[in-house]
Amino acid sequence: MTLVDLHLSWDALTAVLAIPAAAAVLLAVLPGYWLSARLNVLAAFATLLAALSLLVERPPPGGYLFVDDLNIVFVVLSTFVGFTSSAFSASYIGHELEIGRLTPRHLRFYHAMYQTLMFSMNLGLLANNIGLMWVAIELATLTTVLMVGVYRTHEALEAAWKYFILGSVGIALALFGTILVYMAARPVLGEGADAMAWTALIARAGGFSPELLNVAFVFLMLGYGTKVGLVPLHAWLPDAHAEGPTPISAVLSGLLLNVALYAVLRFKMLLAANPAAIAPGPLMMAMGLVSLIFAAFMLYRRRDIKRMFAYSSIEHMGLVTFAFGMGGALANFAGLLHMTMHSLAKSAIFFAVGHIAQAKGTQRIAEIRGLTESHPVLGWGLVLGVVAIAGLPPMGIFMSEFLIVSSTFAHQPLLAILVVFGLLVAFGALLLRLNEIAFGEPTGSTARVKASYLPLYAHLLLVLAAGIHLPAPLVGWFQTVARLLG
Amino acid sequence: MDGISFDVAHMLAGGLVLVSFMLLYQDRMFALLNVFALHAVVLSASVAWQGLIQEAPHLYITAGIALALKAFIIPVALHRMVMRLGIHRSIETVVGIGPTMLAGIGLVALSMVVMLKATAGAAADPLAREDLAFALSVVLLGLLMMVTRRNAVSQVVGFMSIENGLILAAAGAKGMPLVVEISVAFSVLVAFIVIGVFLFRIRERFDTVDVQALDAFRGERR
Repeated sequence: MTLVDLHLSWDALTAVLAIPAAAAVLLAVLPGYWLSARLNVLAAFATLLAALSLLVERPPPGGYLFVDDLNIVFVVLSTFVGFTSSAFSASYIGHELEIGRLTPRHLRFYHAMYQTLMFSMNLGLLANNIGLMWVAIELATLTTVLMVGVYRTHEALEAAWKYFILGSVGIALALFGTILVYMAARPVLGEGADAMAWTALIARAGGFSPELLNVAFVFLMLGYGTKVGLVPLHAWLPDAHAEGPTPISAVLSGLLLNVALYAVLRFKMLLAANPAAIAPGPLMMAMGLVSLIFAAFMLYRRRDIKRMFAYSSIEHMGLVTFAFGMGGALANFAGLLHMTMHSLAKSAIFFAVGHIAQAKGTQRIAEIRGLTESHPVLGWGLVLGVVAIAGLPPMGIFMSEFLIVSSTFAHQPLLAILVVFGLLVAFGALLLRLNEIAFGEPTGSTARVKASYLPLYAHLLLVLAAGIHLPAPLVGWFQTVARLLG
Repeated sequence: MDGISFDVAHMLAGGLVLVSFMLLYQDRMFALLNVFALHAVVLSASVAWQGLIQEAPHLYITAGIALALKAFIIPVALHRMVMRLGIHRSIETVVGIGPTMLAGIGLVALSMVVMLKATAGAAADPLAREDLAFALSVVLLGLLMMVTRRNAVSQVVGFMSIENGLILAAAGAKGMPLVVEISVAFSVLVAFIVIGVFLFRIRERFDTVDVQALDAFRGERR
């Protein structure tokens, strides 16, 4: 409690940004695995505390930073997963150092980049300026590119390059959209920073030129949609997930995709506030649905375990985008819940997969068999994670998917059939692979690994708890945000 | 807006589109880099002119960055790299020059139709409207270049020309804050790409700078 009080006294909002920034600088110069891994965890924990304190006391919106009902959900979620991932990363990276996949110099770089990523994601979420948000998301792209390529293997470099080129083009299109939004706002709000501030934009969006907003949204949807991993702009995502260090796969899936989705949601709200502009929903629904069904089918042909779960991320982000695109209080609530549950469950899966790949020395699904016998704690962790992500009761994802499907039936019965179809196809693929990986005769190494089970099971427990009972304050909170999203 | 300042801005922005077309048909590596340097010079002249007529001195910084970095440092760096890697022969294209140029004309027409129509209701000043239309043309031509070239260096050049188009749009949006910051952020991005080509030593890793060879490693068949 004392720590929380301490942060409150010097503005928690600054702390959410200053802690990771300072930690990044410190970690860049500190040598040694023991100290830097612990400092990384500590910094992530302090950031989480600062973010939690924003829930209690919210500073008034400033010129460049602000906290409102929408972004606080994302900030708390991303600092929480950032913290648990850093705890997982400490044991994961320890093993990578032992087997010599990472050198101490790369390690320093890795930790500094981890905190820079946390900083840029928090900045993107808290920015009260569409230009600042763009810069922050660009910075997040750059740091993740560098981290994906950190192993310097053939495949890692190719994945980093592909991510780099596709991500940069996406970012470029998003900037064009951002400029167009400014052009639309300028006649109403006048020149200067006001015409780029969310708080001012959303209040006066009704007077903007609808034609410009329409064109802007297409660019923004394509640009930030690339970063969400929506089909057909998803090509970078499986490679980046598969070839980078596993903590980064967890952070990419659990957080960075959400940050890009947050940007899309903000602009969607902007368009919704202008009665003459096109409805942004159908475009989001179409891209989301295509992503869901495409990724569901792609799950069957995967031979690499991390790549498979990367496709599963595309599937779930597609579903979330679909839900938000449909809109309405229930669908928004379900989308928000599903996004939270997916972040928790998917990062838990990557925590398990990271240690499994280390134990078996391979990521090939065909070479991983009988995990529940050879590594029971990890194996059952993976089973629980996949059961959660496949949407089986009593896990939280079952509930959010159920809510999405039922609200789709209420709004668009025909589309609901497609959604259910995509979910079932993905369900089949995941259970098929899970059966091979987890059960049967164990193959490969059965050596113990030094693994941290706490982050894995903490996430799974939260997903389970959400599936059994959602506490009333959380429901109330999410309902407020859902209403805000329109 | 008096006539001459509008005409000069119009000419410079139109010139940038023209140089984008020149980038499209270059089939030699060094010529491509030289034309890209010209692209950056035209851009910085255009941005500086915008700074003059809008009385926005911060745009001179953006123009200066564009001139120093993209007209000199990056072309020279890429030039040296191309020399060292020995890939200065011709550039492989996916589509022939003729169809590419036709597609480019189509894209310019598209961006004119889209932007001029979209900004008609905004009653913005005609300069900003045309600037946006030109900027979108440059962006789309850059994208076209990226998809019609297989070579990594020409893809980087294509990306940088997209970026030039965006800087043009940002400079044309009167009074837009953060233009300098955004152009710095973009410069960092571009510098990273160029350093990336160096550091990742694509040549040594993949034995070629042909991106198609990279596509062979889908990570699936290890």
